[in-house]
Amino acid sequence: MENVILEVNDLTTKYITRYDEDIYAVDHVSLKVEETKSLGIAGESGCGKSTLALSLMGYYFPPLHYTEGEIIIDRRNISGMDPDEIRKSILGREIAYIPQSAMNALNPTRKIINFIEDVIQAHDMYVNKKEIYERASGLFETLGLPAEVLQKYPVELSGGMKQRTVIAISVILFPKVLIADEPSSALDVTSQKMVIKMLKQLLETGFISSLIFITHELPLLYNVTDDIMVMYAGQIVEQANAKEAVFDPLHPYAKGLMGSIIVPESGLRDVKLTSIPGVPPNLKNPPSGCQFAERCKYVRPVCKAMSIDLRDLVDGRAYRCIIPEDELRDLYQKEADQNAR
Amino acid sequence: MPDERKIILRTSGLTKVFGFGRNKTLAVDHVDIDIYESEVVSIVGESGSGKTTFAKMLLGLLKPTEGEIYFQGKLRDIGSRKKRKEYWKNIQAIFQDPYSSYNTFQKIDAVLLDCIRMRGDGKLPYEKKVELMAEACSFVNLKFEELTNKYPFELSGGQMQRLMIARIFLLKPKILVADEPTSMIDACSRATILDFLMQLRDEIGMTIIFITHDIGLAYYVSDSVHIMERGKFVESGTADEVILHPKGAYTQRLISDVPKIYEEWDLSTVEYSS
Repeated sequence: MENVILEVNDLTTKYITRYDEDIYAVDHVSLKVEETKSLGIAGESGCGKSTLALSLMGYYFPPLHYTEGEIIIDRRNISGMDPDEIRKSILGREIAYIPQSAMNALNPTRKIINFIEDVIQAHDMYVNKKEIYERASGLFETLGLPAEVLQKYPVELSGGMKQRTVIAISVILFPKVLIADEPSSALDVTSQKMVIKMLKQLLETGFISSLIFITHELPLLYNVTDDIMVMYAGQIVEQANAKEAVFDPLHPYAKGLMGSIIVPESGLRDVKLTSIPGVPPNLKNPPSGCQFAERCKYVRPVCKAMSIDLRDLVDGRAYRCIIPEDELRDLYQKEADQNAR
Repeated sequence: MPDERKIILRTSGLTKVFGFGRNKTLAVDHVDIDIYESEVVSIVGESGSGKTTFAKMLLGLLKPTEGEIYFQGKLRDIGSRKKRKEYWKNIQAIFQDPYSSYNTFQKIDAVLLDCIRMRGDGKLPYEKKVELMAEACSFVNLKFEELTNKYPFELSGGQMQRLMIARIFLLKPKILVADEPTSMIDACSRATILDFLMQLRDEIGMTIIFITHDIGLAYYVSDSVHIMERGKFVESGTADEVILHPKGAYTQRLISDVPKIYEEWDLSTVEYSS
């Protein structure tokens, strides 16, 4: 077995609203990311993808609270650590995070290099500016960004350029794990491809040891990551390698997601796109039993009565449904025959 | 075959210039297009290629700098308020951002009642209007009883966009301009929106001008596709021709940049540029 960089066991975190209601946005999530591997997280908006990303860093601030579970980065348990300690020694060094609107993370009144100085000096006070400049320009060159960017203000850069600059800054302390939350959703296809290439390059050259990529664009996940995890209502509903997750999904929700893929390839026009009716449940009062039961086509009376555990199959594959594997595949096959248009 | 179909909208030399002097930008550059009746036409381009400016000129929201628009064979005349209203009975739009498409202070009934008035049924008794509104809502799988007395912000993005289609269903315009109608919506509800648009086309015979940057989407919905680059159409043809066998270098690059699932996605072609 390869070196596991990030291991998460039964992590549960909740939001506490101002009316003292608990919302479990991440519900007993376990995952493992090995060295040089990447993990994709898919799901609708409001399924807890971004909350999971925040929770993985071990740095919680209200309304997000830690409940239980452990996060182990490179054999070091960071759950329950002092927030200040986490901020100093974990964030940026062990685990780095690119938030959704990363393009706006840059300070508009400061040059990129000043921003980088702040980042580095927050973790290591005894580095002088010259060293920082050399380190930053070296990193930027290897990542295909011209060193002149360092002397510019954010407004002088295009959207794609800003995004790539933010990614470069986030890896400047050589973190082990990089979490990218929708890094390319606001970009056009060409800039998107550049961002993806850069992320892959980071992984290949060893700047980062592993990557967690969050998006709802499945074709993108399929091309970038080794494994895909589908989340629904704060739980993992499907876990598989990228190929199986896209071409042979088991959980009805994952199947529904895959049915909505649109790619410009022949064959797309022959099938009818499907969508999942309804919306994810309100996690304030989650339904008892299967969270997906309300929207599921194959719902059975038992589904609503008991909570359903993740079923483990071979090769790290898992899904959360009461219906056996083969039966699900038969159901999907029947439906596919009906849907040919 | 094209000769048999009726041309509903035609532009010749349509141009829009923003700014003047050194700041002059040619947003739309002498575009000629023939749009046939009950056809789905996609206009695809990157951000900044002039797609939305073109759409706004078709809608009569922007005045073209040069060129003419012919509607049903006649030169479009929207000189007066009355004529403009008459024109808007025939052409309607759905915009990208459903959250900003509604008047925040207007209840949903008011939005739909407005449409009924616009189509000239303002004098109908109220029961009849409710019937019409309920019919429109059920067309897009919304329940009218649940929507009355609600404000737009109480709906989700997908519901708002569906309500927008319910409006279109009530107005039954000849042409619908859909400007990125699904880009702010989750991938899972995207198919629903597209389905409703296709139904409108099939049932009412509406012409749909679909503006998008998503090539996959354009391929899925449209009969013909136009690729726009810097205000010009660089490639036009049927969806299969343009998307599966692109000829122009720009189109080829654009299509190669989209992530695919059946073919290899070649990352080595990317060149970093500023």
